[in-house]
Amino acid sequence: MLGLNKKDLSLLLIVAFLALCAPFILNPFPSDSSLAQFNAGYPDLMQRFVIFGIFAIGFNILFGLTGYLSFGHAAFLGVGSYSAVWMFKLLSMNVVPAIVLSVIVAGLFSVVIGFVSLRRSGIYFSILTLAFAQMSFNLAYSVLTPITNGETGLQLTLDDPRILGASRTESGGIPVTNFFGLDMRDTYEMVVGPWAFQFNNGYYLCAILMLISFYLAIRIFRSPFGMMLRAIKSNNTRMTYTGLNARPYTLAAFVISGMYAGLAGGLLASMDPLAGAERMQWTASGEVVLMTILGGAGTLIGPVLGAGFIKYFENIFSKINDGVLHTWFGFMPDGLEDLVVTLVHPFVGKGWHLTLGLVFMLVVIFLPGGLVEGGQRIGRLFRRKKSGDEAKKSTQSTPAE
Amino acid sequence: MGILEVKNVNKRFGGLQALGDVNLSVAENSVHAIIGPNGAGKSTLLNVLIGKLIPDTGSVMFNGQSVLGRKPFEINQMGISRVFQTPEIFGDLTVLENMMIPIFAKRDGVFRMHAFENSENEKEIVEQAEHMLESLNMADARHDHSASMSRGNKRRLEIGMCLAQSPRLLLLDEPTAGMARADTNNTIDLLKQIKDERDITIAIIEHDMHVVFSLAERITVLAQGTPLVEDTPENIKGHPKVREAYLGEHA
Repeated sequence: MLGLNKKDLSLLLIVAFLALCAPFILNPFPSDSSLAQFNAGYPDLMQRFVIFGIFAIGFNILFGLTGYLSFGHAAFLGVGSYSAVWMFKLLSMNVVPAIVLSVIVAGLFSVVIGFVSLRRSGIYFSILTLAFAQMSFNLAYSVLTPITNGETGLQLTLDDPRILGASRTESGGIPVTNFFGLDMRDTYEMVVGPWAFQFNNGYYLCAILMLISFYLAIRIFRSPFGMMLRAIKSNNTRMTYTGLNARPYTLAAFVISGMYAGLAGGLLASMDPLAGAERMQWTASGEVVLMTILGGAGTLIGPVLGAGFIKYFENIFSKINDGVLHTWFGFMPDGLEDLVVTLVHPFVGKGWHLTLGLVFMLVVIFLPGGLVEGGQRIGRLFRRKKSGDEAKKSTQSTPAE
Repeated sequence: MGILEVKNVNKRFGGLQALGDVNLSVAENSVHAIIGPNGAGKSTLLNVLIGKLIPDTGSVMFNGQSVLGRKPFEINQMGISRVFQTPEIFGDLTVLENMMIPIFAKRDGVFRMHAFENSENEKEIVEQAEHMLESLNMADARHDHSASMSRGNKRRLEIGMCLAQSPRLLLLDEPTAGMARADTNNTIDLLKQIKDERDITIAIIEHDMHVVFSLAERITVLAQGTPLVEDTPENIKGHPKVREAYLGEHA
């Protein structure tokens, strides 16, 4: 079905199930319990999960398949965001033209950057992309202020033309983004006992686009084109002497992943119509590298897992402050409680980067294939146990013969 | 007129004359060996043939067309395939995928954006690849990672990958270097079989005289960047100049 084999289709279905049921899955704790702060099922965070999932899926097409490590992908994300916000300012608040334009602009931008950067490989390629991204960031911050609105960031105002829509709503406010009349901000809340599940229009738009992106990524991975990209990573010399020109292949992969990044940027702006230069900063580029490696570069599901993992840390772990820690360890004697809180303190709240860094190091050292490899190892452990049991049974049955 | 014509090729690296006035003609459907002591310019000559180096003067014509200034993938598309000193295969890919890529390259040219077809559904390519693997006796290993194979099998696969493109000219750079005796003999047998079964020209650069004398129909001896003699294996064996170049004997 859909041109996929059984294994890939079931993977796609699992991801679809997880994405569509995310408001339930990410909200396991009742809202009045002390664990409620670990709930991630609110629209803003869920949107981030899937948007950065798209970003990482696209990045993985370049890095996971060809091995070219781009350190400037945030530039495409930023360009996508700016394009989308301009579309909201000039045309209408409908997200469709905004998203289409952000993908196209990011694609064109990545053709230019890719064409220059792909003349080199390895570390030089990484440095070139990093240089381009930092250049874009600094331009957006300073000289290009008329387009990007500098440090303030690009925002909607009441006197934007919006030729196909209204400059202001009847009540005099700035209109909100919509999908043919469906407001992105609207959330339906389903209250079941102490649980409150939130279904947000914006999230579902992002989730559906993520599923489409994921599906396209599977197709690319399984296509002859994907095989060529893996061949480039494996042995560029043999590739050239087999009569294949690696340059257009890598450029195509670069542009595809740039367009994915543009889509992610356009969606970010569609959910919250503002765009700032910091979206293009090198830390943002580094983040997507972390997501991909943490989840498992070159695997299909890895980047999505990595994106979810990092965004969860960023939003949930960072909220654990000393007050929360004191309620957790309140059962201990006072002196011990203070000691434990002091010890744990650097790893949570503002120190969440430290925990993330440690997790990242552990993964890279012990699970070079990322979280996906971790999952595979656990799976293999269970299977071995099972087959071990069967082996035992068969040896037991032999003496009876 | 041979299929490969090298005329008056000179190449200097700084003060070193790597190739001096090399003239070489490889006849179609023959096996031509180029031998010579270390530093004789064999590798430089090979790099000129496959477009990696551009000579200072002279011309290299393949099948009536100049190869000079062309990129390696263009030269391959003209019909020249190259086997490397250390087997160059796609180590991260399976054996079958390794075999499919050259067939894709032959069918689709230097670049084709086939991003939404499924490679498993490319029936004709898979069939050809499987057929090639069967003729190499590697069909059982088709789903193995090619990096995990023995050196001899890697060499076999690499030669097979070149043959899958049905090249006019196969260039081999020390195909048995660093191989165990059994693997060397297997490689010789494979090359003999190829020679008998196909219309193909083979140019081979080799150190191992056992390999050279079991395969070659003509031999060119290079010394200090210049061809010393060109003759049949029988005549080369006893040639005084060759003995002098190789063994330092004064005949």
